[in-house]
Amino acid sequence: MSDFGNFCLLVALCLSLYSIFGALLGARQKQDRIVRSAERAALAACASITLGFLSLVYLLVASDFSVAHVANASNRDLPVLYKIAALWGAHDGSMVLWVFFTGLFSGIVICQNRFRYRDMMPYVIAVLMVNLAFFLALTIFLSNPFNQLVEVGPDGATTPFMPADGRGLNPLLQYWAMIIHPPVLYVGFIGFVIPFAFAIAALITRQLGDTWMRTTRRWTLVTWLFLGIGLILGGKWAYVELGWGGYWAWDPVENSSLMPWLIATAFLHSVIVQERKGMLKVWNMLLVTACYFLGVFGTFLTRSGIVNSVHAFADSNLGEYFIYYMILVLAGSLYLIFDRLPYLKSERSLDSVISRESAFLFNNLILVIACFAVFWGTMFPAISEWAQGTKITVGPPFFNAVNIPIGLFLLFLTGVGPLFAWRQTSVASLKRAFLLPSLAALLTCAALLALGMRDFYAIACFTLSAFVVVTIVEEFYKAARIRGKNTGDNFFAALVGLTLKNKRRYGGYIVHLSVVLIFVGIAGNAFNREATRAMVAGDELEIGSYTLRMAGYEEGETPNYSYGRVALEAFKNGKLIRVMKPEKRFYKAGDGQSTTEVELYSTPREDLYVIFAGISGNQQSYEITVHVNPLVWWVWFGTGIMFFGTLITLLPDGRRRLYALRPSAEAVPALQESMK
Amino acid sequence: MRSSKLKFVVGGIVVVAALSWLGFVGFEESKAYYITVDEFSAMQADLQGKTLKIAGDVVPGSINRAARPIEFVISHEGENLTVRYIGRGVLPDTFKDGSKAVVEGRIAPDGTFQANHIEAKCASKYEAEYEKRGT
Repeated sequence: MSDFGNFCLLVALCLSLYSIFGALLGARQKQDRIVRSAERAALAACASITLGFLSLVYLLVASDFSVAHVANASNRDLPVLYKIAALWGAHDGSMVLWVFFTGLFSGIVICQNRFRYRDMMPYVIAVLMVNLAFFLALTIFLSNPFNQLVEVGPDGATTPFMPADGRGLNPLLQYWAMIIHPPVLYVGFIGFVIPFAFAIAALITRQLGDTWMRTTRRWTLVTWLFLGIGLILGGKWAYVELGWGGYWAWDPVENSSLMPWLIATAFLHSVIVQERKGMLKVWNMLLVTACYFLGVFGTFLTRSGIVNSVHAFADSNLGEYFIYYMILVLAGSLYLIFDRLPYLKSERSLDSVISRESAFLFNNLILVIACFAVFWGTMFPAISEWAQGTKITVGPPFFNAVNIPIGLFLLFLTGVGPLFAWRQTSVASLKRAFLLPSLAALLTCAALLALGMRDFYAIACFTLSAFVVVTIVEEFYKAARIRGKNTGDNFFAALVGLTLKNKRRYGGYIVHLSVVLIFVGIAGNAFNREATRAMVAGDELEIGSYTLRMAGYEEGETPNYSYGRVALEAFKNGKLIRVMKPEKRFYKAGDGQSTTEVELYSTPREDLYVIFAGISGNQQSYEITVHVNPLVWWVWFGTGIMFFGTLITLLPDGRRRLYALRPSAEAVPALQESMK
Repeated sequence: MRSSKLKFVVGGIVVVAALSWLGFVGFEESKAYYITVDEFSAMQADLQGKTLKIAGDVVPGSINRAARPIEFVISHEGENLTVRYIGRGVLPDTFKDGSKAVVEGRIAPDGTFQANHIEAKCASKYEAEYEKRGT
């Protein structure tokens, strides 16, 4: 089976190479037949990869430990679901998942556009297949998961070797969010190849309208969404599984997925400016190139061992090839953009600083700066070692110092952007629009100060949040009332109708709202508290409004691990809320790795986060660490809302039909309102 | 037209300058020299008072969890360093005999190294035990 898998990947590599050649030749000779054959080759490559992927799944489920990847990442007693997840539990297997997704997306795009953009498609196919061939070659030649274990005899002869059991999946990875986190994140990384491929094709064919952006709008959005959710799932995993009480540590690997997400966020916004105003054409090309580049770069960071991280795979020898490929991507696309500059002229220039365009520009500027700061901080050890010979690392204070103000400024723009009109905003309309939100912000600020809150950033965050929430609610409320009047619907029907009529705009507002919720959750960090104590039965530990009383200790066993857990009665204001049982697990496979299972009591107001750190020394007391983390719940909840909001913007657009029906006289004002 | 572009550029510069300054302050506060144990032994004198991140392997059997603060020894290229962990966070699960650790902290007046943050990664992989070759 491992030979079969290997064979499938090799076939796919040959097919993808042929497809690159065929697509370019067909485009040059204007022979649609050759392009079609390249297209089929590409689809066959995707099918072949799928077979390779399935054979690795089979090997894992069948626990064939003669295969190195299976022996490294799985073991007999692992639940089946985890056996499958072991596919991406180690570096070489995860490459197969990577090429599988890459192939899948390429296949879908090719099928979608079988009868469209015939002049652009050959180049789209070529870019997609170059990308695919690169990752396939890396997988096959440098990190092949189908490699088999062999034993080396004293005379140097090798014989096949099959251990009795595998080393097991790293216990830290045995958690639901960790099963879906890598695939979700991969979708987020890989998906950018599609807008990138269309952008390159548009540059080559000089079709530099906004067609390439419009066709790939959904891809960009889905990719952005998956990347964002992947980020948060990674945070959720760190929070629950790593047991240090937080969910974000500015770890290089976390940063490597944050960077493309920041640029993609900028791109989603600047696309609107190009569609509406014909501005920022070069900028958008640069952003989409950066998105793709940073996706590859993030993979490079995670897999090359250039930076140290808890998330990184062990050192591999891929680094060099990634560097060549990244240089190729960067040089190629920058050359094309430069060469086509005359076609990328702006149709308008900026009219006023107080305008929607300007808010978008600032949004872009800020997001790019944030990305740059994250890049700088992440790469500083490598840069300083290269420049000075000493490795200097920077920690969270650096990232926070830059990114908290940036976050607050973005929050501010989220609030004021929609209040500004395109081109120019009159003072009178500004006054009207700012009145209620400013009032809400002032009230919030005063209330927080009166309640004794003194943390500057937290107050700023809550104040701005209030501002943004009121602007969003106002937008919905006003438009729904107008629509209700025009259609005779009741308020809620009008609200739903409104959202469905202009999904992109109102879905966008819902996403903005979700960002506010996530920010509120993050601001809660300013008020985290923690306590550590060695406790014996009957001992009490007080933190905030909670009291924990040690009730007992028990040990037990499952096929996968043995555990020790303490029971703590948790009281809130003297009332028993729950018996909490944080656990320490000792896994049987591999070399007896232990994990700490956090016990969480999560409410919108705050999380009570309890860790059993171990039995301390000789006096048989139990080490307990407790964190009280306010508002964390809102981060996860906000992510849910973000998902929902993005789904709305992704729904099929009814707008074409809207234009087809001649708008009746009374519908016109509502229509204008919704188009504003 | 012109003036609005100018305003945007000026605004942009102000933003960039403010953030650079904040970044610089944060950088000074959190920068740490990343070295291995043997490098540390060689240039100990120059490193007094600086924040350091030292990488090494945890010497098996050296972790004394009964001590307050917890003590252990990390080594690299034959050089050893005794570390006292004075941080408040729970030690990571991956921190155990033989794991690769990075300790962050400073040299205490008495010459020992006081760490307030520890990162650890399991060292071993299957290939370490069995030679691996292609099919």
